[in-house]
Amino acid sequence: MRAVFALAALLALAAPATAGDWEDTLAAARGQTVWWHAWGGDPRTNAFIAEVAAEVQAAYGVQLEHVRLSDTAEAVNRVLAERAAGRDAGGAVDLIWINGPNFAAMKAAGLLHCGFVAQLPNARFVDLGPGAAAATDFTLPTEGCESPWRLARFVLFHDPARVADPPSSMAALADWAAANPGRLTHPDAANFMGATFLKQALVELAPDRDVLALPPTDAAWAVATAPLWDWYDRLRPNLWRAGRQFPENETALIQMLGDGAVDFAMAFDPAAAANAVIRGVLPDTVRTVAFPGGTLGNVSFVAIPYNASARAGAMVVANHLLDPAVQARAQDIRVLGAYSVLDPARLDAPARAAFDALPGHPALPTLDALGPTLPEPHPGWMTRLAEEWARRVAR
Amino acid sequence: MGAARRALSAAALTAVAALVLAPVLAGLAVTLAMSAGHLPALGLSGPDAGPWLRLGAQPGLAQAVALTLWTGGAAAALSLALAFAAAPALHGSRAARLLAPLIGAPHAALAVGFAFLVAPWGWLARLFSPWATGWDVPPDWPTVNDPLGLALIAGLVLKEAPFLTFVLLAALAQRPVARDLAAARALGYGPRAAWRLAVLPACWPAVRLPVMIVLAYALSAVDPALILGPTLPPTLPVLTLRWFAAGETAMVLPGAAAAVAQALLVAAAILGFLGAERLWRARLAAQAARGDRGRPGRPGRGAALVVALPAAGAFAALALWSVAGRWPFPAALPATWSAEAWGGGQGLWRAAAATAGIGALSVALALALAILWLQLAGPLARAAEAAMALPLIVPPTAFAFGLAVALLRIGLDPGWPAVVAGHLAFVFPYVLIVLAGPWRAFDPALLRAAAAVGAGPVRRLAAVRLPVMLRPLCTAAAVGFAVSASQYLPTLTLGGGRVRTLTTEAVALASGGDRRVAAAFGLLAAALPVAVYLTAQALPGAVWRNRRALRGSP
Repeated sequence: MRAVFALAALLALAAPATAGDWEDTLAAARGQTVWWHAWGGDPRTNAFIAEVAAEVQAAYGVQLEHVRLSDTAEAVNRVLAERAAGRDAGGAVDLIWINGPNFAAMKAAGLLHCGFVAQLPNARFVDLGPGAAAATDFTLPTEGCESPWRLARFVLFHDPARVADPPSSMAALADWAAANPGRLTHPDAANFMGATFLKQALVELAPDRDVLALPPTDAAWAVATAPLWDWYDRLRPNLWRAGRQFPENETALIQMLGDGAVDFAMAFDPAAAANAVIRGVLPDTVRTVAFPGGTLGNVSFVAIPYNASARAGAMVVANHLLDPAVQARAQDIRVLGAYSVLDPARLDAPARAAFDALPGHPALPTLDALGPTLPEPHPGWMTRLAEEWARRVAR
Repeated sequence: MGAARRALSAAALTAVAALVLAPVLAGLAVTLAMSAGHLPALGLSGPDAGPWLRLGAQPGLAQAVALTLWTGGAAAALSLALAFAAAPALHGSRAARLLAPLIGAPHAALAVGFAFLVAPWGWLARLFSPWATGWDVPPDWPTVNDPLGLALIAGLVLKEAPFLTFVLLAALAQRPVARDLAAARALGYGPRAAWRLAVLPACWPAVRLPVMIVLAYALSAVDPALILGPTLPPTLPVLTLRWFAAGETAMVLPGAAAAVAQALLVAAAILGFLGAERLWRARLAAQAARGDRGRPGRPGRGAALVVALPAAGAFAALALWSVAGRWPFPAALPATWSAEAWGGGQGLWRAAAATAGIGALSVALALALAILWLQLAGPLARAAEAAMALPLIVPPTAFAFGLAVALLRIGLDPGWPAVVAGHLAFVFPYVLIVLAGPWRAFDPALLRAAAAVGAGPVRRLAAVRLPVMLRPLCTAAAVGFAVSASQYLPTLTLGGGRVRTLTTEAVALASGGDRRVAAAFGLLAAALPVAVYLTAQALPGAVWRNRRALRGSP
């Protein structure tokens, strides 16, 4: 049975997508229930997913259920456990919001249904050429094993009413913390936001950024992370609660900024500050800090496990997420503010106009204002950073 | 009773026990096997000491174990002391009815509310800032998640002290309290000493098992510890959850070892409790023998207020946050108001429906099985009833993960049916405890009269016994519902993330979610069981409004 599936996947990869194939997918998807395992930490994203669920139900007869994760690793483990138990079909996970180390782990273990992106009609609006951002995940080529749906950028934000002249690099942030002890913190590095904070510092401080594109060898690790740990050892005593306690995630940190318990919050979403202002969590004076040296950026994807129960339905959802109208609504700051993964050059004039007509928000930076996008290191670095941090902090 | 009937009844009781206990026993067995390095799904076969060695090498383990013993032991001892102090003042008072919201509300809901009250940014700090404290930003005080676990102890006590008080009051209702008090007073004992020496020790047999349940719970609780407990390191149950959920397969076997260690910890604590009980008895006997009449003074309501005031504050804080728009620190009230958290976008009403559905199903099953149990019960069943309390003593971490693995092995999907089966293990013993007393106290003359007019056993049950027992049946259903609604770990692991109840969502939102959404989930999680309880109290009166003798005392 698996051989048949593998053969079918190969054939699908080889043959260009045709309208007929997609009609078959739509027919198979009708009536299916798609369990989308997706991080559930952002209320506006949750509400957006609920809207998408209503749309795919109405348009394609696909029932979309959002399984809210606090950590994407939960879904990865679920699939791993299913494979260990020999359940190679009828799995519990149909679609995962994924990137980085989780994607690398699933792809390496052969836990993903690959080659499906080329079959999605809306993939024609995305630049999937070799090396393109939407076809690369933490330096690894996606090879059609995951479909993009939104952009992520590391951002730091603050209230100019409290901090008039914010630091504009990670090195400067440590100096600021030394002058203002207890007013800065970051989420626990077991959480992706905390790990991303450390990764931003790693990329800024590493003597040679090129080694970060490769898996970390012990030698490369020692050289590349030495300045990071020097920096962190200097920073940590000046963190909130002297670096002995950390907020669980970015949502908790953003609320701490709203209370005035700290002076900075961070997110992996350029619209996070504006979102929090709109929801009333942050005062409307909050602004995003510009990092002239640039910040880490990546693409969020959706992937389909090899044993998904509703593969066709999952493909329909992935395709719907790439619909120019859906992408434009996602980028609307009144809805979500998630920057689109579509290539403007591939859109027709009305679709482009829809994006151009989107309103701005004082706390929402333009992508240009965020400076250059720094590429993600190889996933191995993030995994090792989180482990090493836990070891150092537990001491 | 004929031998055939006895054999049949024994077989039926065994079947009920097996059905109810199966999830716990199967989960426990798989956890034990995993802790010994046996997990065929991953190609591992034990026995192997590796998991235990790796568990021992985990950073912070000793500290986590010490924290667990300290927080659990202190919370149980404090709850018991408060219950003993509060019961005399509340005995025979209508104020005791106010305990209902505290007994019905899930631990998680109360813990979220308590955090919203005492956190540095919480309502308490806001009420006194900046005019009294001078704070215009939250103080950098670890008032929740403190390294000593004081917030966790307080959160546990808020829930367990009312439970033990309730048990004590129920036991007192069965005793000739006034007569015992009068006798002791006549012998010259002060009011407090009379309670301590003459009345409360007589209630002790009814309180022992509940105290052990509280102790086991306080040591093994996951949800209050996640919300209020220390973080670096957390208590052992939280650490165990992390190892299982964080998902490195490498930590699953040491996690199983930790789960077994948790069970051993609970067993050790119960042995310690039994030892303390003997010492306490000896002391009481010594005081009585000395003729120590105790200090004068009446039992006060102070102990009840120690629990009631923070609990009321916790619910008020939840209510305010759930309708807050912008609420900057240190404003005592929200700057703007918003009903958004009560909308459907975050799944509040779906979670409420799931909570209600799972609760109704597990309660209906538990009631049916309990009635079957009691109907067939001979002397045998009374001994077996104690065994049915097993799920209330065994730590959830010790069987929930093993059970999830076992379900996957036999190809059962996580989801509603698995969750209901898991909840049944917890709901059944409570339903049985509530029903057993009234069932055995039932006036057999009614049944004999029905038999005399030709009613068969089924009709005697359906037309006579159950209608007359409507009030205890309603109480059992309400208690069972509250138990189901408060389940966290079994719902999480057996639901595989697909089943979201108010409790699981409130816990997930508590430390890293939008406060307003977390507050709405917490408040509704507390309100739902209380509403069920109030309905259950009102129902017999409404149904039997024209049958005065059947209404029972409310």
